[in-house]
Amino acid sequence: MRDLTKEIVELIRRTSSSLPPDVEKRLRESIEKEEPGSAARGALETIMKNIELSRANSTPICQDTGTPIFQVHYPMGWSTIQLKKQIRAAMEEATKRSFMRPNAVDAIYDKNTGNNLGGDDFPYIHFEETEGDELVIELMLKGGGCENVGRQYSLPDNSLGAGRDLAGVRKVVLDAVQKAQGQGCAPGILGVSIGGDRGSSYIKSKEVLFSEMGTRNKDPKLAELEERLTKESNEMGIGPMGFGGKTTVLDTKITGLSRLPASYFVSVSYMCWAYRRRKMTVKGEEIIYD
Amino acid sequence: MKHITTPISDEAIRDLKVGDSVALTGMMVTGRDAAHKWMIETFIKKTRLPQGDDMQVYEELKKLLNGSVIYHCGPVVGGLDTKEYKFIAAGPTTSIREEPYQADVMKHFNVKGVIGKGGMGAKTLKGCQETPGVYFHAIGGAASFLAQTVTKVHGVFKMEFGVPEAMWVIEVKEFPVVVTMDSHGGSQHTVVDDASKKVLDGLLEKPY
Repeated sequence: MRDLTKEIVELIRRTSSSLPPDVEKRLRESIEKEEPGSAARGALETIMKNIELSRANSTPICQDTGTPIFQVHYPMGWSTIQLKKQIRAAMEEATKRSFMRPNAVDAIYDKNTGNNLGGDDFPYIHFEETEGDELVIELMLKGGGCENVGRQYSLPDNSLGAGRDLAGVRKVVLDAVQKAQGQGCAPGILGVSIGGDRGSSYIKSKEVLFSEMGTRNKDPKLAELEERLTKESNEMGIGPMGFGGKTTVLDTKITGLSRLPASYFVSVSYMCWAYRRRKMTVKGEEIIYD
Repeated sequence: MKHITTPISDEAIRDLKVGDSVALTGMMVTGRDAAHKWMIETFIKKTRLPQGDDMQVYEELKKLLNGSVIYHCGPVVGGLDTKEYKFIAAGPTTSIREEPYQADVMKHFNVKGVIGKGGMGAKTLKGCQETPGVYFHAIGGAASFLAQTVTKVHGVFKMEFGVPEAMWVIEVKEFPVVVTMDSHGGSQHTVVDDASKKVLDGLLEKPY
């Protein structure tokens, strides 16, 4: 089997240092919405300078290079054992080259491993066998600040008057945005998952963040709720960094899962503005990054 | 834009108000979760006996932090093998995790400024009034940009905490921040939190 370690290092470099164009565009558009001279506008202007600088110098956009989340879609014939080894070797190399900060800390003994490899589950890798003959590796880097403001609700939630329906979902998501304030590095992007168990619900709320900005759910009811949540979140005036302002949430993505009759979970994963996700496709001998 | 150089006088601190943009120049020390817990337990509450080089580092920190600034930051650092350190990416981390410790650390070491992101709570705000000190908000995620203001890495303490958690002694030039908590009891975070809560309550009342 082909060794892709070098190519995966390149995927990590791109993800850490070069923000996807759809995210950059959305951030740039939001500058005009903020008052000239305001702290909110100043924050967005600094963010834009940082994006350009990171790309030009191949330095991390954010020093918190986050939890590396890999989604590997592999056609028949690839060994997931080999791919996992290559991803882990690439992660170690990318850390040596300062594309990644050593971020894996043993929770029991408080030791940083120094190479971004922790146990069997850091980096996080999900394998999915697919039809066709292209291997696709997606990577998202999700920082700890925004991860910490994620929330999971079990409906009904009495304190918010949130029942087991989309009206209830709307209430708890807005509550999560208000509680996050600027601490998840607003303006953020919301990944929302409805249903599942506690584990699958959180995982899906992150997976939905792999789609492009503005991608709407195919179900018109959910698509409408996505747009409404973005709009209403911005009405709260939290603003970039929580300085106060008009841009709090850039986009909302919702996914629905099956649930048990007894459970109704809503998970909100908050992604910071440094919404780092990239993809590489292996097509025969060719490697395409986007 | 106000220009301030560390160490900072009480008068300069009292002059700062919520909303002021400031360019900071001079020496500062990074410190986040592990460092704050360690300082509190070993030197302030003394619930843990000093170990290894703890007391030597304490003496150094007393000098470095007096009148100076502590930066909530876990940097990406180059030159780890040669020890010719260079900050490559160095934005702020979320400050609220240091809320249980910050005011005591400020008072104990006479720390005049805390740089971070997301703001802090009532205990730190009281600490800002008493020390006196301020909370400087840096732009979260602007790590490459902020690393460029770090002109020199003078050294590092407590490397056993790991690179992000170690205490890096750095010199900065015109590091841009906004005062979001001042020494007069003002906090932009309380203002935004309260206002957004009111809007949320209104939204929750709306029919679906």
